Order: sequence, then structure tokens, then C-alpha cells
Amino acid sequence: MLRLEGVTIDMGGATLAADWAVQPGRRVAVLGPSGAGKSTLLDAIAGFRPLERGRILWDGQDLTGLPPERRPVSILFQDGNLFPHLTLARNLGLALRPDGRRPDAAGIARIAAALARVGLEGMQDRRPGTLSGGQQSRAALARVLLQERPILLLDEPFAALGPALKAEMLELVRDVAAQLGALVLMVTHDAGDARRFAEAVVLVADGIAAPPVETERLFADPPPALRAYLGEGGH
Amino acid sequence: MAQRTVAVIAATALAALTLGPVAAVLVRAEGLAALGPGDWQALRFTVCQALLSALFACILAVPVARALARRRFAGRGFLIALLGAPFILPVIVAVMGLLAVFGQNGLLNGALSALGLPRLDIYGLHGVVLAHVFFNLPLATRILLQGWLAIPAERLRLAASLGLTPRARFMVLEAPLILRLLPGAFAVIFVICLTSFAVALTLGGGPRATTVELAIYQAVRFDFDLGRAAALALMQLALGLGAGLVAWRLAQGAGFGAGLDRALPLTVAHGRACDTAWLVAAAGFLLLPLGLVVWRGLPGLAQLGPQTWAAAGHSVLLALASTALCLSWTLALAGARGALWSLMAIAISPLVLGTGLFLMLRPFVNPFSMALPVTALVNALMALPFALRIVAPEVEAIRADYGRLRATLRLTPMAWLRLVLLPRLRRPLGFAGGLVAALAMGDLGVIALFADPERATLPLQVYRLMGAYRMEAAAGAALLLLVLSFGLFWAFDRGGRAGAAA
Amino acid sequence: MKALTFAAAFLTATAASASGTLTVYAPDYFTSEWGPGPKIEELFEAQCDCDLQWRPGDLLPRILLEGARTEADVVIGLNTDVTKQARESGLFAPHGVDLAPLTLPIDWTDEVFLPFNYGHTAFVYDTTRVANPPASFAALLEAPDDLRLVIQDPRSSISGLALVLWVRAVFGDEAQEAWAKLAPKIVTVTRGWSESYGLFTDGEADMVLSYTTSPAYHIIAEGDETKKAAIFPEGHYFMVELAAKLAGTDNPELADQFMAFILSEDFQSMIATGNWSIPAALPKDKWPEGFQQLDLPEKVLFYSEDEAAGLRDEAIEAWRSALSQ
Repeated sequence: MLRLEGVTIDMGGATLAADWAVQPGRRVAVLGPSGAGKSTLLDAIAGFRPLERGRILWDGQDLTGLPPERRPVSILFQDGNLFPHLTLARNLGLALRPDGRRPDAAGIARIAAALARVGLEGMQDRRPGTLSGGQQSRAALARVLLQERPILLLDEPFAALGPALKAEMLELVRDVAAQLGALVLMVTHDAGDARRFAEAVVLVADGIAAPPVETERLFADPPPALRAYLGEGGH
Repeated sequence: MAQRTVAVIAATALAALTLGPVAAVLVRAEGLAALGPGDWQALRFTVCQALLSALFACILAVPVARALARRRFAGRGFLIALLGAPFILPVIVAVMGLLAVFGQNGLLNGALSALGLPRLDIYGLHGVVLAHVFFNLPLATRILLQGWLAIPAERLRLAASLGLTPRARFMVLEAPLILRLLPGAFAVIFVICLTSFAVALTLGGGPRATTVELAIYQAVRFDFDLGRAAALALMQLALGLGAGLVAWRLAQGAGFGAGLDRALPLTVAHGRACDTAWLVAAAGFLLLPLGLVVWRGLPGLAQLGPQTWAAAGHSVLLALASTALCLSWTLALAGARGALWSLMAIAISPLVLGTGLFLMLRPFVNPFSMALPVTALVNALMALPFALRIVAPEVEAIRADYGRLRATLRLTPMAWLRLVLLPRLRRPLGFAGGLVAALAMGDLGVIALFADPERATLPLQVYRLMGAYRMEAAAGAALLLLVLSFGLFWAFDRGGRAGAAA
Repeated sequence: MKALTFAAAFLTATAASASGTLTVYAPDYFTSEWGPGPKIEELFEAQCDCDLQWRPGDLLPRILLEGARTEADVVIGLNTDVTKQARESGLFAPHGVDLAPLTLPIDWTDEVFLPFNYGHTAFVYDTTRVANPPASFAALLEAPDDLRLVIQDPRSSISGLALVLWVRAVFGDEAQEAWAKLAPKIVTVTRGWSESYGLFTDGEADMVLSYTTSPAYHIIAEGDETKKAAIFPEGHYFMVELAAKLAGTDNPELADQFMAFILSEDFQSMIATGNWSIPAALPKDKWPEGFQQLDLPEKVLFYSEDEAAGLRDEAIEAWRSALSQ
């Protein structure tokens, strides 16, 4: 279980508070207007941003003081998910061998399988620059697949994709997360994405990241903050 | 973290290697000696020439950079590359070239007397300033040009669509840029000119033009007055650090820039004749002396003996060793404070550094066996500020772009260095490496105190040839030095570009 | 790290053999392929059955820095400007060589510093550019200001120092006035002799402060007889190069043998064209052809090291203040 215990995060003047828990393996959307602190919340969980107060726990273990590389977290950013000068095989190899050495035969097979799993069969030797945006997202997901971490954070990695492609990618994320049994926290400002993808929603607004609510229930009876956001956003 | 440890070690080594030798000289001298009237005169002259040199280099750089920024013509890239040449030119070669143009028997005086006009005399304060402008105008131009090319194209289009007059355009677009970049360039050039030595020697015209570094040379090598040398070195260090601090504060935005091949902003219709005149004048001023070094050196090339070729080999090896050392240091120090630390290196007297290292090494090893390593070390130290200036911003950018990916992948420091940092830094490292190698190639530095019997360097060999009356062979060796310096710069720079994929 | 690897490589490369090695400190021009070093090494090794190793570079500063631990057995190429300081350091031993064969124009009785060649300061000119050179030092002072001179800095060059002593010896208390008259003619002052001579051959100056022996190079090596030294009846300052034995040498016999070798005819007949100076112990009829035709001064000026030490600061200050106006 991921638990945020009395967490307060400094956002340069304003603060964001969160105090809730979420079960492993769930798909959770982090929804809210821009500037509300959605990415800030993910950064705090990933360890890129220190807490002002409170603790973050995973399965009872305190993550609060740990540097990002020691947390059980993989993350997809808005961009820069792959090193542009390395081939896909090399990029994915880093997920298996963080010391940069070449993976063994079993590792190479796993990379091939991961690429096949996301629909990039045989593209090991391509560099990210030669791929389309959708293919780059798929390659990044293949990387997540190999990292095998129990928490997957998505910081709007598909924001630049068209609607059809984005839907396709969300489908793929769902499959990958299911295969890993991973908890997914996905930042989005699109209520449609949240409804399509997430089992629960964390609403971020007015300095508070609210506890997760079942998606159906939330949209059936939107709280004022969500109502304001949906009205303003036009969705 | 490991990376922090490496940076701390590198900074400590830097501090130890700059302040340690001064301390060693002080200990040996048993204290500072008083400075004489000549020394204060040297201080005044040093500051005065450095101020004037920086001033003229900066003022002249404005029209040249502007012309380069807004004109397109065949060979423009080549011209920009070539205009950078004087900065990496060995001083001994540059002085020969300048004399060939501005000397008593030079082209300029030849033309003047053919026209029946009075001859110009290059020797004196103005000669020193002229030489320093020759060396540093390219640097100032490069800093400004980079700023010019960074003006967003939208802003230029906006200015064009508003139909701004040239004056309004200058006030809105260019003046803020110049005000932002020029003070930094000024301070950097001021610090560089502060430690000038060889230029003032030949072109100064007499004891009026004694610089602090020259006074140090005399104190160490002629009077063997280490106390005075240390006092002078500390004075120079304080001056350099003071100016350096100002430079560091002012020059935040002013890098050298690894590449200048960015898409050109829109060209401007007006001022074409004026731009052309500036470009021709700058190219003439900077390239004519180079051309004459080549011309006068050609006959001497045939006279170069095996010792000169061997010296050339040693110099190349030395330059490569300096480059390797300097770039490793640069990578270790490429944090926020690295640039500040490295200012110590630029402000310290190479001669005191050499003497101090000699005293420090003496109890442990035979200093002569250390001649080349010590020279490589001192050269690396001297070039460090330039390398840091080029590489550090790029390292910052890579950290900003990929630091989080690195964390989520749990990359080890070695993997980060090998797979990410080095490949992505190829361009700036190539450029910095070329600069360091060329600077190390031309340096005479501390070698005199440490001369290794079998391993003279090429600049030393040029002096030896002159000392043996072989003036023509010396000109040939100078040409060889020029070719090798540029060759190394070109090879590194090219290597950095060729490999820089995506 | 790199530097250490480098160092290790050189340490092994230059490890000296234990005995039978004579370590000689020399100015760095000595060991170049045109310097006298290679010939001295060849001649001496032929008679000593030993290994002569050069250590070129600064002489006295290096030895003073190293003190009694210096590796040097012998130093060659010292000038009279440093003998006082060198003598007072106590690091040098008497040479023990019989001085009778010396053919110097002055008396030389020094027991520590042994002369091997000499010359005189002189202004050298090109007969194709200066038709009527000044006939005396006084005439040089009165020459028109468009006569262009290059000289060396007395604070960084021995020839420069010799010049200020020369001026002092000729003009005495009026040295400063003499410098004031010379000042407008002096185009520039260089750190060392090489730069000055380079400027002269490039046509930057009409006359260069050099040596009476400089024309010999042009005569012998280039067949060019247009370079001449202007000879002044007031006299010329004597410049001698010296060798000395270190008191702490590990090889006293070899060092003594080398000191004796310096005045031998083998050495002396080679040094004229080896170092472009007049041999210290060789009668004029045995000098090479080009040397015999040199214009040499009748009168030679020289200060003993104690006199020079007393005059030096004042002489340099006269130069500095006159040229700083």
C-alpha cells in the first residue's frame, strides 16, 4: 500500500497537502487544473522534491528520506524518457543493467520480448530520433516493463499525442501495469482520460490532493472543485 | 554522492596546486620582500594596458559581430572559424606576424612610405594594446556573435513587421544584448591581459612597459629574489581574482558557445556597405599577420633538423597530455562553483607556479624527470578556466534534461559518465579540447626552469634556433608551430562534431 | 594520474647509470644540435671513457634552489654577473687548473671559475643599411634619433646587464645623461638576446646590442660579410663564459678531468665555431679564418665581481629611469 501521511509539499509559496493511502495494483488518475500541483505530487512520490512535512510509505517502509534511485518507482516524464543518442536496445538495456554494461543473452531476449510486447518488434537498433512520437512512447513503456517496479508514475507522457494514439497508449499502459501488477498514478488534465483509464481519481485543487475516490462515483456526483474544473475546462 | 566527492577532490587539487606552490616559494624565501618603485610602476602599467586592451577589443567586437550576424555570404562559416585563430596562436608566432605587418619593415610602413606618409612605430603601450586586441578581438566577437544568433527569430520578424528604423532596432534588439554580454567579455579579457608576459616583452619598447609577470620573471630567474617574486605573484593573484570575481558575476550569460552553425536570423537590408567594410578590416587585421607567418616560414621549413621535428613531437604529446588532464578536471569541476575556482588558475603566475612545484617535488623526485608532466599540469591548469566555460553550461543542461531519467533508471556514476555525459558532451568537449591543446602547444611556460635535456618543446626550439642565429629556420619552426596548433584544434573540434549524433 | 604515469615513464627512461657519469648543467642553447654541447660530449667521452649527461636550463637559480643536493658535477656557461652570488653560496670548489695558457685580454686569476670563451659587447650593424656607423660611443649618443637600436633588458639578460655596466664604465657618473640621449634611438628592449637579434635581422632596427663575435657567424656560416660590429675607442665591455666544479660532486676525478679538458686545444679549437665566441686559451693565429678577420677593440672594460655588485643596482636604475621618461 502507498501511504501519504500528513504530507505537505512546498510549491514555491503555495503548498500542497495530501493524507491518504492507495492499494497496490490500482490505476489512479491525478486530475486537476494546470498549476494545481499534479506533477508536484508525483515528483514528491518519486523523490525529486523534498517534503515539508509528513511521510511517504510503501508497504510500511518509509520512503521519505530515500533518494529517487532507491525508491520502488518507475516514472514516465512529459519528454526525455529515452537517451536520444542511444539505440533502443541500449536504452532498454539500462533498465536491466544500471551500471551500463551490456546485458547477457537472457537480458537481450527480455529486451526483444519487451519491444515486441509494445509493438516495436525488431527495432532494437533504432535511435529514438528515428521513431514517431507514438513509437517513442511505446519504447518508454517497454523500458518501464523491464524496470519491474511496483509503482508506475505517468507525468503526462502522452500529452503530445493525438486522441486516437493517446487512447491506444492508455490501453497499452493498462496491459503493462496489469502484467507488472503495478500501482499506476497518472497525471492528466483530461477528465475523459481519467474516466477511460482510471479505477480511482485523486483530485488536486486548492492546495489539496484529495483522497482517491472511485471514478464512477466521483463523476456521478462531482464535488464542487471538480465541477468548477469541468466547467472551466469545457469537458 | 560519488560525483560530489570527485568535485570536491578536483577543487581541492586545484586549490592545492595554485596556492601550494606560492606557499612553497614563500617558505623558501622566508617571507615576502618589499617591492621597489619599479614594481609599482609595473603594476600601474599592467592594469593600464589590460584596461585599454579589453576596452578596444570589446568596442571593436560590436560592429564585427553584428556584421557577421546579419550577413550571409559564401565562406562565412570558414571566416568565422578563421577569425578565431589568433586566440589560439602561440604568442611567439603572433608577435612575428604582427611585426611583419606593423613593424618598421612591415607591410603597413612599406605602404605608408610608398605614399610619402610618415612611418608608424609599433613599439610602446600602443603596440602592446594592439597585440592584445589582435589576440582577444576574436574572443569578444565570438561571445557577442553567439548572443546575436540567440535573438529569437520571432523577435526579428516582429521588428521587421513593425518597420523599425535602424536606430530603433538597435535600441530595442541589440543594445540590451550588448549591455548584457559586453561587461563579461570585458572582464574576461582584462584578466587574460593581466598576466601577459611575452607580448609586453618585445613590443613594449622599454622598461616603461614592464608587466608584473615580467617583473616576476626577472625576480626569479635573474635576481633569484624569491621573496619579491612571491610578493609580486600574490599581488597579481589578488588583482586577477578581484577582476575575475567581477567577470564571473558579469559574465553569467557569456559563454564561448560550442557551435555557431545555428540557423541565421533574418538578414537586414541596410548597412551592407558598412558591414562589409568592418568585415574586410577585421579579416585583414586578424589574418594578414597569419598569412605573413606562413609566407616567411615556408623557406625555413626545409632547414628544420631532426631536433626540431623531435621537439614538435614532444609538443604534440605534451599538448595531448595537457588536454586529457584538463578535460578530466573540467568534467570533475563542471558544477556551479567550478568556474569560480578556476579563476585562481588564470590569475596565478605560471613562473611562480613552476618554481613552487620545483621546490615541492625536489625532496621526492628528480625535478628534471618531471619536466614534461609538470609542464602538462601547468598548461592544463592555465587552460582550465576556458574549458570550464565551454563545458560547464552543457553539463548543467544535460543534468537538467536527463537527471531524473538517470535517477529512475538507477544509473551508476560510471554508466552516467560513459553512456550519457561523454557522448552528449562530444561537441563542447571537442571544442574545449581543441582550445586546450592549441594553448598548451604554444606555451613556453615553466619549461625553462625544468628543461629536459632530450625533450625540448617546439616554442623553446624556436627560441633556441634564434639563439643560434638560425633566424630562417626559426621562422620555419614558427610556421610548423602554427600549423600544429591549428591542426590539433581542428582535429579535436572536428572529432567532436563528427560524432555528435542526434 | 596522467602526470604520474608520464613521470614514471620518464623516470625509468632517464635513470642514470651509477658510476662513470658526469652530470653537467648548461644553458639550454648549449645542447641544441647547433650548440657546442654535442661536440664537447663527443670529444670528452672519447678521452674519459665515461658518459657525459647534459642538464640544460637555468644555471644558478636551479643550483641555488637545489642547494647541496644538486646532481650537477660541473656547471658550464656561467657569466660574471652571477659569480659573486655563486661563490658566496659555497657550493663550488676550486678548479685546480693551471691558468697560464689563457689568452684573455684581461688578467684572470680566479681559482673557482674557469673561462672557456669570451667576447665583448658591441653594437652590430648591417653595412648595407648603415653606411656611416658611429665611430665612438660618444658619437653614438649624438647620432640622429632615427638611428634605430634594439637592446636587451638588464634585468633579464646578461648582455643587457653588460650594456648598463659598459655605459657606466664609459660615462661614469654621467651614465644617466648618456641613457637619456640613447633613449629616443632605442626602438625596444627585449627579454633576451635572441629576440633582439631576430628584430635586427628582420630589419626592425639598424643596430643591435650583441657581441664583437657575432659577425663571425655570418662570415663563416653564411658567407655574408655585411654584418659588422662598431668598434668604439672608449672600450668594450668584456664578456666571458665560465665553468665551475661543484663542491659536492660525486665524481671529483671526472669533474677535474673535465675542467682540465676545457683549456685543452681540442676543446678550444672547437669552441669558436661551436659557440660563436673567442676561445679563452688559444693564440689568435689558431683561430678559425672568420674570427681572425673580426674587428676587435683595443681597449677592454671590465668590473670585478665586487665592483660590479656595487654598481649594478645603480646602473640598472639609471637605465630604467632614463628610459621610463
